[in-house]
Parts: sequence; C-alpha cells; structure tokens
Amino acid sequence: MTTRTVNFKIYRYDPDQDAKPYLQDISVECDPTDKKLLDVLVKLKAKDDSLSFRRSCREGVCGSDAMNINGKNGLACLTDLSSFVEGKPIVLRPLPGLPVIRDLIVDMTQFFKQYHSIKPYLINNDPPPERERLQSPEDREELNGLYECILCACCTTACPSFWWNPDKFVGPAGLLNAYRFIADTRDQATSERLDDLEDPYRLFRCHTIMNCVDVCPKNLNPTKAIGKIKDMMVKRAV
Amino acid sequence: MNVPIRKFDAVIVGAGGAGLRAAIQLSEAGYKTAVLTKVFPTRSHTVAAQGGVAASLGNSEEDHWHWHMYDTVKGSDWLGDQDAIEFMCRKANEVVVELEHYGMPFDRLDNGKIYQRPFGGHMSNFGEKPVRRSCAAADRTGHAMLHAMYQRNVKVNTQFFVEWQALDLIRDAEGDVLGVTAMEMETGEIVMFHAKATIFATGGAGRIYYSSTNAFINTGDGLGMAARAGIPLEDMEFWQFHPTGVAGAGVLITEGVRGEGGILRNSSGERFMERYAPNAKDLASRDVVSRAMVTEINEGRGCGPNKDYVLLDITHLPPETIMKRLPGIHEIALQFAGVDALKEPIPVVPTCHYQMGGIPTNYHGQVVLGADSTPVPGFYAAGECACASVHGANRLGTNSLLDLLVFGKSAGESAVNDLRDSGRHHKPLPQAEIDNSVARVERLNSQKDGADVHETRLAMQRVMQKHAGVFRFNDLLKEGVQKIFAVADDVARTGIKDKSKVFNTARIEALELDNLVEVAKSTMVSAEARKESRGAHVRDDAHDTAETPNGRDDKNWLKHSLWHRDGNRLDYKPVHMKPLSVESIELKKRAY
Repeated sequence: MTTRTVNFKIYRYDPDQDAKPYLQDISVECDPTDKKLLDVLVKLKAKDDSLSFRRSCREGVCGSDAMNINGKNGLACLTDLSSFVEGKPIVLRPLPGLPVIRDLIVDMTQFFKQYHSIKPYLINNDPPPERERLQSPEDREELNGLYECILCACCTTACPSFWWNPDKFVGPAGLLNAYRFIADTRDQATSERLDDLEDPYRLFRCHTIMNCVDVCPKNLNPTKAIGKIKDMMVKRAV
Repeated sequence: MNVPIRKFDAVIVGAGGAGLRAAIQLSEAGYKTAVLTKVFPTRSHTVAAQGGVAASLGNSEEDHWHWHMYDTVKGSDWLGDQDAIEFMCRKANEVVVELEHYGMPFDRLDNGKIYQRPFGGHMSNFGEKPVRRSCAAADRTGHAMLHAMYQRNVKVNTQFFVEWQALDLIRDAEGDVLGVTAMEMETGEIVMFHAKATIFATGGAGRIYYSSTNAFINTGDGLGMAARAGIPLEDMEFWQFHPTGVAGAGVLITEGVRGEGGILRNSSGERFMERYAPNAKDLASRDVVSRAMVTEINEGRGCGPNKDYVLLDITHLPPETIMKRLPGIHEIALQFAGVDALKEPIPVVPTCHYQMGGIPTNYHGQVVLGADSTPVPGFYAAGECACASVHGANRLGTNSLLDLLVFGKSAGESAVNDLRDSGRHHKPLPQAEIDNSVARVERLNSQKDGADVHETRLAMQRVMQKHAGVFRFNDLLKEGVQKIFAVADDVARTGIKDKSKVFNTARIEALELDNLVEVAKSTMVSAEARKESRGAHVRDDAHDTAETPNGRDDKNWLKHSLWHRDGNRLDYKPVHMKPLSVESIELKKRAY
C-alpha cells in the first residue's frame, strides 16, 4: 500500500502545562484508507494521546469536530484529505472568537447562550389536539434549509460581527434557528420573536459579510434567513 | 477521599433521545433533576438515525398497533417480551404525536398529516404485505427528533451538566441505587451526584466492533457501570448488523432507501433478495438481509476488485424523490463512497449497528433483577442501553426511535411516581464505593508500563469482528472467549501519557475502554453459550429441522441470557409470552 506523509501545524495549548499557546509541527504517515481529516487526527492522537479535539459521529451530523482548517472553519470529518495541496503543511487552529479550553477545544458557552436566547422551541399555546397539528407540504418546505442546522458553530465563529459583540449579537446560527421557528406555521410567537430581535445588536449587527454561508458544512444559508427576518420587520413597520 | 456531593431528586445519565424524553417528564413534574452528558445533547448519537419512527398512525393506508406488535414479535424471532412489545406498539401514536407537538418537523402528506414510508419487516394484516408505518423527516429523522426534544427541555428548564463523564453507579449494601460518580471533563473534578432516582440512558456500545455505524462516543458506559455494580446484562449475544453501511467507511445508509424503492444487487446485477425473501424482498428484516448479503459475498458474487461488497441501487428512482426524501443519503454517498447516487449504485456491506440486549428492565423502565424481575429500588434505564425486551433477537428498523420515546417516557414517569408516592429519600452514601470509583481514575495516573489504550481497543475490536460477526462458529466463539479475556487483562492495566487535569480526552478514552470491554466480554460469553440460531445470532452448527426451524431451538433456548460480571456467570430467565390484553403470538418459523 502506498503511504504518504502529511505535515501539520497544530495549535497546542494545555493551561495545566503551557505558559502560552504554540503551533506544533507534526507529521503522520497516511495510507489510502485515510480519506478524511478526522481519520488522520485520530491517527495523530494514537501517537500523541495529549492532542485534544472533540469528535463523535464522524459523518457530519453531530457537529462536534468543527475547527479552523487552513484559515477556514469546517468539520474535520467532512474535509477530504485530497483537498489539501500536497507538501504544504495543514494548519489547524481552534474555532476563532471563542475562549480556548485546550488545543482545538473551545468554550462554546457564549455560542449556546445566544442560541438559547432566541427561545429555540415551538411556542403554541392552544391546547394540544389529540392528533398531529396539520401542516401542508408547502408550509413544511419552508423549514428546509433551516432545521438541518447541527450547531457546530462554524458560521457564528467565522462572523466578524460575532467576534466584536459575542455577548450582544445573536450570530448566524442563532438567527437561522430564530427564523426556523418564525417560519413554522405551527408557531404562534412570531411577533414576540420579532420584537425580541428588533435591537441594534441582536439582529442588526449582521452586515451581510456572508462568511457564514461560505463555511456552513451543511450548505445552509444563514444570511438568507437573516434577510427574511429583516424583511418581515420592514413589512410590519409599514 | 474527599469528593464533593451534590444532591438531586433525580439524575439522568445520557442526553440522547431516551435521556431527553425522560428529562421532560421529570422537569415538567417539577423535580430537581441533573442530566449528565459527555457530549452536548444534540451531539448524542440519536442524531444519526435516519429513516423514521414507527407508529400505526395509518396516515397513508390502514394500519393497526396489533399488526405492528405482530411484526415486532416476529422480527424479534420470539425472544421479545410480548407484554413490553404490546405496551410499546400501543403507545406509539401517543409519543409520536407528542413529539409533533414539541415542534418536530415531520415531512407531510398532501392532507397535512405526518408522512409515512415503508420499512423492513413492517407489514399489514399480520405479515401480509409492506405497510407505510415509518414517520419520517426526510432521512434526518433522528436529527430532527433529538433537536426537537432538546428544544423542549430548554423550554421546561432542564438542568444539564454538559461534558461530564459518568464514572460509576453507586449502590449501598442493600443494593439500592443512590446515584453516580462523574467527572467534569474541563477540570477533571470528580463529584458524587446523590439522587433518589437514577436513570440510565447511555446508548449503545457498537464501538466494540472494528466496523460499526456507531459514533466514537458509543462505548456502553451505562452497561459497564451497571456490570461493575453487580447488575447483570441481558441478551448481549444479539447485535444487529445493518445491511447497508458504506463499504470501507461504515457510515449508515438508511433502510428508508429500500423503503423508497432502492434495490440490492450482486456482481451480476441480480436483485438477489428475491431468492432469500420472495415476499418482502429488499424489505425483509435486517438480520435476513445481512445474512443474504454475506452469503452472496462468500459465494463469490460480491462486487468491486476484492468482491467484498454488494451494491445498493437507486438510479431507477426519480431524482426528485431522491432529493426530497433522501437528501442526506445523496450527501453521504458523495462524501463517503465518492459516488453520485442519482447515477451510480452505492457500495454497501453489513455493519455493526445496534445492541438488542442491555440492562434488564420491565416495560415501566425499572431495572429488574432475577428470574422474577424484581425492581432495583431507585434505578431505571431506557433506550439502547436497556433491554425491555422489545427487540429480542433482532430489531425492526424505526423501532429504536420508538423504543427511546416510549421507554424514556416510561422511565421518567416511573421515577416521578416513585419520588411522589414511595417516600424515597437520600439514603446514606457508602464511602467505600465512592473511593473505589476515584481509585479507578487514580490508577490511570500511577500506572507504570501501561497497555496502550488505542492498541488495546483495536485488539478488542478485531477479536469481536472476527469471532462474533454475522455468522458464528463454535470454534471461533470458544477461541474468542479466550482472546477477549486476554484483552480484558490489558484493559485492567492501560496507561496514558497525558496526565493533564484539563479536558483530558486520553483519560476519557481509557475510562470508556473499561466500559467497552465489559460489553465485549458479555457478548462473547453469551454468544458462545447459546447453542441455537435466533434472529441476529446465527451459528453454522444449528440446523434447520422440523423441531428447530431455521436452527431456532425453542425447547431449550426460548429464554433470555443474563451475564454476571462477577464470576463471569450466565443464568437465564423466561421470555414473557403473554401480552397485556391480546392473545399470545404463537411461535412459528420465520419467513419473509
């Protein structure tokens, strides 16, 4: 079997041992069965068990292994090894804009705080009927491109507006999810949801830079969802 | 040792489907509940379920819970407990409708009702022809479900302890369960969670096998903890090999693909399932399809340069159907098989997928001991870690998501009832048990010349793959028992180089391996002992005769295995053949 050497520069920081973070040069022999970046990270960890990163499903649905790969956020498990230029070291850093706990593991508290702030649950105060609430296939289709979000934080941590105001700006993931409930015909809290976002920071810090769209590993479009929320605000103002 | 103690009414370990469903019951009832989870809840492996959740809603055609019950008993090869199966099938509509009310984005029919698709082994009128029973959100049902239930928990203010690894189940001298010890990953701190009710919802352990559809986190933590605390493990010889894992990668391709019309083909392009299951064909039960595929490959009709996989073909389906009903599969095929499923078939092989056995429970979600199923005070379990037993020797597709809803809710309700009615209080903690748990972690810091965790895990996975696969052989099983205990000796002396307190994933992996190896041992020992073929457990020396249809020996083996870690001992308990309200579904030869 033909193997090839893959070189990395990996952000390392263990607050228990290191005074400050550093980039570690490390290389590993890969064989043709190593298809994804995550396969190689698992191999690296077998060599050096202190290398720390999150991972679970290895198929792009759990959202654990988001990281900054050669300057762009993505999931290690969906990143093809063949997409890298051979010979050039692959630079891995933790997601930007969030505090680092260790190596590639960031503290996601602020990200989830913003997600929770949009009341990410269906609000319907009618007494629940005995059977399912009805929804037409067309109305259900409005949720496509929204409900698939895996909360990996690739988008939000690629957003300069979030970097500046992580405590005040909801961020693309949170806003995409806000629109997921606004767009749901079963939800009765649309105006309350719009009120909550009508704020110079929570929604309007989005300046359509579109980094979020560029990095989303599920090919979702938070900017479009944000645009729809802004449209609804304009419409109800006139 | 000084371990801080935190007191709760209830502690739930695991925040996948079953844990989240149980948490809703406890939070809504107002009990102080801690949900411990080693990953953020929406990263639990329920997220990867694709095809749907079974319920006889009858939205597209006539259906009945009794038909669903029949299919489930037959699918289980009669090892499932018929009281629990009736309970689950009758509850299905209620829990699926609740989920819809929580906001689950099910696909819809033109009349606005929940979309349903056919699935393997689900038939109308007691096995006549396939029925549309699987309620689906495209091919992302688990993802939509897990998020909807997490969202409901946000609404009812459930308290989560995210990225806490549970360590050991704490029982006192009387055998009562008093909670768990757990480690906060970020700091390495160990805390005793002292509870009046403890619910395990820790999922499966598919990572005992080398090739698995399961996530890295599926390490049988609840089973390891239970086994170490003297709780036996039930029916651990029964592992489901899903017919369609992506060849090489192991990633799951839902049976919903065949539900939507996908076909399995061998190297000559033949639809071979017609020979093995003339009636249900590609929608036969999973064990039947997996064996047919392995037989095709073993007899030289596999595909590819090494003839080691078969093909799943959907190229005859309209592209709109694929992109609407199976968009995730299109994506997975591109990512992990490098094929565009609209134009080319997908290479697939049977891959370890689901653990039918687990911690023994009744249909109330209470953990039970012994032949007479006596509940363990304060202890409940639900979902894949539990064995109610509704799946018996082989689970039907879409019954796992139903299991976690029904029994997650049951376990939560049982805990609520016990907290309210039986005057449960915080009993005094046995300090020695807590000390033992801490010592297990401490050993990893002091171990000299330890066995490498990665290598030891790999050795275990290779033994399981070779000795306890789709087809099983007496000699291989006997040898497998020797080998797995040799691996267990290494697991007892694993060492890690990383000694950091902060988010030490090397330590977590070593602790997970402690749990995995208990599952591996129980599997191999139970499989070696069961001298018949039933459901997913098929031995080459069990022959098809009039008394033993398909090698199934009801006279000697219509019973549940119970593996005890102490003394590596097996005993057995009877299958509940009596349902709650209907006639028993009588034993007969299984054919599709």
